[in-house]
Amino acid sequence: MNDLVLAAEGASADHTALAPLIIALPLASAFFLMLFGKRIDRLAGVIASGAIGGAFLASIITFGSVVAAGHEAAESHRFFDWITVGDFSVGFDLLVDQLSAVMLLVVTGVGTLIHVYSIGYMHGDARYSRFFAYLNLFVAFMLILVLAENLLLLFVGWEGVGLCSYLLIGFWFEKPSAADAAKKAFIVNRVGDFSFLLGIFLLVATVGSLSMVAINAEAGAMSAGVATAIALLLFGGATGKSAQIPLYVWLPDAMAGPTPVSALIHAATMVTAGVYMVARLSPVFEASGEVALLVVGVVGAATALWAAVMASFEYDIKKVLAYSTISQLGYMFLAQGAHAYSAGIFHLVTHAFFKALMFLGAGAVMHALAGEVDMRKMGGLRKAMPITGTTFLMGCLAISGIIPFAGFFSKDALLAAAWADGRYVLWAVGVLTAFLTAFYMFRLYFRVFEGPLKVPEGVHVHDVPPTMAAALIPLGILSVVGGVINLPGVLTLEHFLEPVVGEAQVPEGAIAWVLGGLAFVAGALGIALARAVYLSRASSLRRRKAYSRAPGLVDAARDKFYIDRIYGYGIVAPGKALSSYLANVFDPRYVDGIVTGTGRLVARASENLRGIQTGYVRNYALVFLSGAVVILVIQLVRVGL
Amino acid sequence: MEDLPVLDLVIFAPLAGILLLAFIPKERLDALRYVTLGVTLVTFVISLGVLGQFDPSAQEQFQLGSSLQWIPEWGIGYITGIDGVSLWMVMLTTFLMPLGVLASWSVTKRAKPYFIFFLALETGLLGVFVALDMFLFYLFWEASLVPMYFLIGMWGYGRRIYAAMKFFLFTLVGSLLMLVAIVYLYFQAPGGPTFSYVELLDTPLTLDVQRLLFLGFFASFAVKVPLVPLHTWLPDAHTEAPTAGSVLLAGVLLKLGAYGLIRFAIPLFPDAARDLAPIIVGLSIVGIIYGALIATMQRDLKRLVAYSSVAHLGFVTLGIFVGSVQGMSGGILQMVSHGLSSGALFMLVGALYDRRHSRQIADFGGLAKTVPVFAGIFLLVALSSLGLPGLSGFVGEFLILLGTFFTYRWWVVPAAFGVVLAAIYLLWSYQRVFHGEVTNEANRSLPDLNPRELAMLAPIVALIVFIGVYPKPFLERIEPSAQRVVDTFNRSTVRPETASVQGGGK
Amino acid sequence: MSVAPGFYLVLAGLMFAIGVVGVLVRRNAIVIFMFVELMLNAVNLIFVTFARQQGTVDGQVLVFFVLVVAAAEVVVGLGIISLIFRYRVSSNVDEINLLKR
Repeated sequence: MNDLVLAAEGASADHTALAPLIIALPLASAFFLMLFGKRIDRLAGVIASGAIGGAFLASIITFGSVVAAGHEAAESHRFFDWITVGDFSVGFDLLVDQLSAVMLLVVTGVGTLIHVYSIGYMHGDARYSRFFAYLNLFVAFMLILVLAENLLLLFVGWEGVGLCSYLLIGFWFEKPSAADAAKKAFIVNRVGDFSFLLGIFLLVATVGSLSMVAINAEAGAMSAGVATAIALLLFGGATGKSAQIPLYVWLPDAMAGPTPVSALIHAATMVTAGVYMVARLSPVFEASGEVALLVVGVVGAATALWAAVMASFEYDIKKVLAYSTISQLGYMFLAQGAHAYSAGIFHLVTHAFFKALMFLGAGAVMHALAGEVDMRKMGGLRKAMPITGTTFLMGCLAISGIIPFAGFFSKDALLAAAWADGRYVLWAVGVLTAFLTAFYMFRLYFRVFEGPLKVPEGVHVHDVPPTMAAALIPLGILSVVGGVINLPGVLTLEHFLEPVVGEAQVPEGAIAWVLGGLAFVAGALGIALARAVYLSRASSLRRRKAYSRAPGLVDAARDKFYIDRIYGYGIVAPGKALSSYLANVFDPRYVDGIVTGTGRLVARASENLRGIQTGYVRNYALVFLSGAVVILVIQLVRVGL
Repeated sequence: MEDLPVLDLVIFAPLAGILLLAFIPKERLDALRYVTLGVTLVTFVISLGVLGQFDPSAQEQFQLGSSLQWIPEWGIGYITGIDGVSLWMVMLTTFLMPLGVLASWSVTKRAKPYFIFFLALETGLLGVFVALDMFLFYLFWEASLVPMYFLIGMWGYGRRIYAAMKFFLFTLVGSLLMLVAIVYLYFQAPGGPTFSYVELLDTPLTLDVQRLLFLGFFASFAVKVPLVPLHTWLPDAHTEAPTAGSVLLAGVLLKLGAYGLIRFAIPLFPDAARDLAPIIVGLSIVGIIYGALIATMQRDLKRLVAYSSVAHLGFVTLGIFVGSVQGMSGGILQMVSHGLSSGALFMLVGALYDRRHSRQIADFGGLAKTVPVFAGIFLLVALSSLGLPGLSGFVGEFLILLGTFFTYRWWVVPAAFGVVLAAIYLLWSYQRVFHGEVTNEANRSLPDLNPRELAMLAPIVALIVFIGVYPKPFLERIEPSAQRVVDTFNRSTVRPETASVQGGGK
Repeated sequence: MSVAPGFYLVLAGLMFAIGVVGVLVRRNAIVIFMFVELMLNAVNLIFVTFARQQGTVDGQVLVFFVLVVAAAEVVVGLGIISLIFRYRVSSNVDEINLLKR
C-alpha cells in the first residue's frame, strides 16, 4: 500500500521511507526495556544506545537524500489515520524537509552521545534499565515532534516529551525536591499547552486543517488579527516548553533530575521545541504583521537578560547552566522575532553542542565529587580531571562567543539579524547579555576548574571513565568547529533552510564586521571581569566590596527575585484556598445541604406523624369502624332518613 | 448463524447465568466466582459477535434488533436495536463486567446474592442500552437501580446504608419525573398511543410542552450523569461502594445518563434541547472546573476519583450539547474512555485498600519503590485521565473542545483550563502516594500486583493505549450515529436566525 | 311459613356487632381471628337473605367467594399465628410489635 503511494509520487526520492524507522527504533527499545529491562540489567544501556545509534544512522541517510534532492526536498506521507470526524481529519503524517532533517541529526546525534555517557554515569543505579527506557521513550517522542506534519501530531510529541521530562526529573522520586520539581515542570508546561491547544482550535477553525503545509500555504490569506491571535497562543505554548518568561520557573528546579537528562532534555532537545515550532510555522508569525513577532522578540530578549542576571548569582553549578539555557533560548526567540528563523535554528544547533557538553561536564564533576553541586566547595579541578576541564573550557569559550568557537558564529548571526531588522534596543540587550553570559560562565569555570585544588572532604577525585569521555570529546570538538556549518561561503545552514523558513535579512559590508567585533568584545570583557573578580589575588576583597554596595540587590537575586514566592502566594495559595473552601465548606454544606436538608424535613414530619400509628390492631379496627359508621350516617342522611 | 439474535442473547445471557448460580450451594465460593466469571466472559464473547455483525455504513438507524409484541393493547412492545452509540456502551459494559468479577475476589461474605445481583445488574444495564420501547427502557432503567442499591448497601464500606439510600432516592426522584414525561408522550403519539421510540420521534409538540417534557427526562439523566449541582450522591456512593460497585458505577452507570440524553432527550425534544443547550453547556463547564477544584483537596483516593468523574462527565455533556459532530463524537468516545480509566483507577484503589485497609492519601507515600508495577499502571491510567495525547482520554477531550470551539468559541477557554486542573489534582495525589521515601512502616512490605489483578488491569491498559493511538475503528462507528443526533439538534427551528431564514424562504 | 327477612337481618346485625366488639376488646390472636370469621359469616347471612328475597343467585355466588377467600385467609393467618406462637410463646397481639422498633 505504502509502496503504491510512493510509486504514485513518482521520481522524487522517498525521504520519508526511513522516518517511521527512526521513530520506531527508540520506541521499540523503550518498550522492550520497560518490560524486560530488569532481566538484562547491564545490557540495557547498550541496547538503548544501539537503538539511538541506529536511528542516528538512518537520520544521516535521510539527511543525505534531502541534501541530494536540493531545494524541493520537502516530502510528507500519511502512515495511518488518527482522528477523523466530520470535516476534521488528522493522521500519523510525517514530514521530512530541510528543517526536520537538521533537527533529526541534532536529536539523534546528541542523543546517542548522551546515551553512551549515561552508561557510565548511571552505572550502579537501582533503576538502571528503567532510566534507559525513559530516555529512549523521550527520544522517540522528540522525533515525533520534529517529524510531525500536522500540529496535532506535533502536540503528541510535545506532550510526550513533557511526560518523559516528568518521569526523568522525578527519576529519583525518593527525594521530595525531585518529585516536586517533576510535578512543577509538568503542570507549568500544561499551562503553556493550554494556550497551545487554543491556538490549535483557532487554526482548525481558520484553516480547516492542521497540516503544516496547508497552514503555511494559507497563512498569507489570514487576516492580521487572526494570525496574531494564533501566533501568540502558539507562542504561549512555547514559553512553557522553552522556559521563557513568565513560565520559565520550572527549568531551574528540573535540575533535580539526573545530569544526562538535563543535558539531553533541558539543554539540547526538548526545550528547543518552542524554537523549532516557531520556525516551522514561520509564515503564520509573518502573517501577523509585526505584533506577534515583536512579542516574541521582546519576550526572548527580556528572558535572555533576566536569566543571565540570575545565573550570575547562582552557586549551584547545574542551576547556573539551567539559567544559561533559559537565557540562550531567549536569544533564539530574539532572532526569530527579527524574522531570522534560520539564525534561531543555527543557534539551537550550536547551543545543543556546547550546552550538552557543559552539562555532561558538570555531571562528570558531580560524579567525581560524590554529587556535590555547590561551586564554593570546589576549585582547581582541571588538573585532576584534564579531559573534563579542557572540554568544559571549550564549551565556555563557545557560549561566550569567542572566535572561532561555534557560539561566536551563531550569536553573531542572530545579533546581526536583530540589527538588520531595526530592533536596536533588542540588539543592545543581546550584547549586554553576551557580556553577562561570558561573565557567569567564566565565573563558574574559574571557581570550579582553576585556582588551588579544593574538594569536599573524603572525596577521591578521578577523571571520567571511557564511556563518558566518549561523549565529552566529540561534543568538545563540535563546540570548537560547529560554527562551520554556517560559515559564509563554505557551508551555509541558512541557505539550506531557506525553502522552509525563508530568507533572512543580513547586514552587508563593514557594519557586519563591526557588529561581529562588538559581540566578540562583549564576550571578552565578560571573561576579563570574571577573571578579575574570581581568579586574581584580590578577588575575594573585590567581591566583598561589591556586595557591600548593594546588599539588597544581591540577596534578592539569590532568592530568584522572589519570583517563586510571588507565584506561590499569588497563584498557588489562593487556588488552594478556593479549592479547599469548595471541597470542605461549599459542597458539603450548601450543595449537599439542600439535599440533606430536604431529607431531614421529611424525616421530621414523619417523626411527628408516626404517633398516630400505635401498632395495635384494635386501634386500627376502631378507626375502621368509626369510618364505616360515619359513611353509613352520611348515606342515611342523603337518602333522607 | 447470521439469523441468530445475538443482541438479545447478550442481554439475557446474564439472566441465564443467575439460574446457573441458583443451583450452586452458597458455601462454594470458588464455584460461584468462576461461574460468574464464565458467564460474564461468555456474554462478552457474544457481544463480540454483535460488534462483528454491526455494519458501520448501514443506512437504517438501528441494527441487529428484534421487534415483538408484548402488551399490544397498551402499545408496549419488546423492541431492541443498536446504533453506533449503544454499540460501544454495550461493548463497554460486557468488557468491564468480567473485570468487575475479578475485582470482586475480596467479597467472601454472602457471595451468592452478591454475584446474583451482579449479573442482574448486567442485564439491567445492557437492557437500557438496547431498548427502543419507552416502557421497556423504563423497566430496565429502574431494574438496574435495584441491584446497585443492594451492592452498595450490603457489601459497601462505612456509611454504606446512607450512601445507598442517597443514591436510590436521587435517582428515583429523577426517574419519576421521567415517567410522567413518558406517559404524557405516550398519549401524544401521532399514530395513537404507543411506547415505541421510533414512532414517538415524530410527535408534534409545542415548544412549551417540549420544554417541560425535556426537563422531565433531563431530571432523570442529569442526576445519573451527574451534572453539577446534582452530583452530591456520587462521592458518597463511590466511596462506600465495594470495588466492583465503584468500577461499574463509574464505568457504566454514569454513562446511562449521558446515553439517555443522546438517545432520548435530544431526538425526542430537539427544540427544547436547542433552547436549553446554553444553560446545559454552562453547567457542564462549571462542572469541569468545580469537580476538578474539589478533587484537588480530597484526602480519600476514592472521593478524588469520584470528583474527577464529575469533571470528566462535564466534558461529556459539554460535547453532547454543543451541537457539532466533533463534540458529539468526542463526547461518546469520552464516555468509553472515562469508563476505562476511572474503572481502572477504582480497581487500583481497591487493590490498595485490600492490602492496607485504607484509602487515605496521607497513609501512603513512597509506594513507587515498594510496588513499582502498581505505580506504573496507576500513572499510565492517570495520564490517560488527564488527557495525555497518545492515550484514550486525549482523543475524546480534544474532539469535545474542538467541537465546543466551533459553536461556542471562547467558552472553550474555561473548559480547556479544566485540563490543566486535571494535571494538578492527579499528579499531586500521585506524588503524595507514590513519591518520596516510604514513611509508613506498614507500606514497606506491600506485595505488588498479583496475576489476578494484572489480568484485570492489562486489558484496560491495552485498550487505553489502543484507543489513544488508533481510535478510527471506534470513531467510524460512532460518527454516523452522532451525525444523526446532531442533525436533529441543528434542524430545530428554535434558533432565531434559522427561523427567520426559513420564514423568508416561504 | 317463611320467616320475615327482617329477622335474618337483625340476627346478622347482632352477629356483626359481636364480631366487632370481640375484635376490639380481645388480645388473643386466635380469638380475634374467630371474631373476624363471625363478621364474615354475618355478611354471608345478609347476602343469602337478600338473594332469597330477590329470587336471584348472585348473592349466593358471592357467599361462595367469601367462603373460599375466608378459607385461604384462615390457612395463611393460622400459619403466621402458629409461627409467632412458636417464637414468642404467646399469641397476645400487643406483644407482636417487631416492626415498631
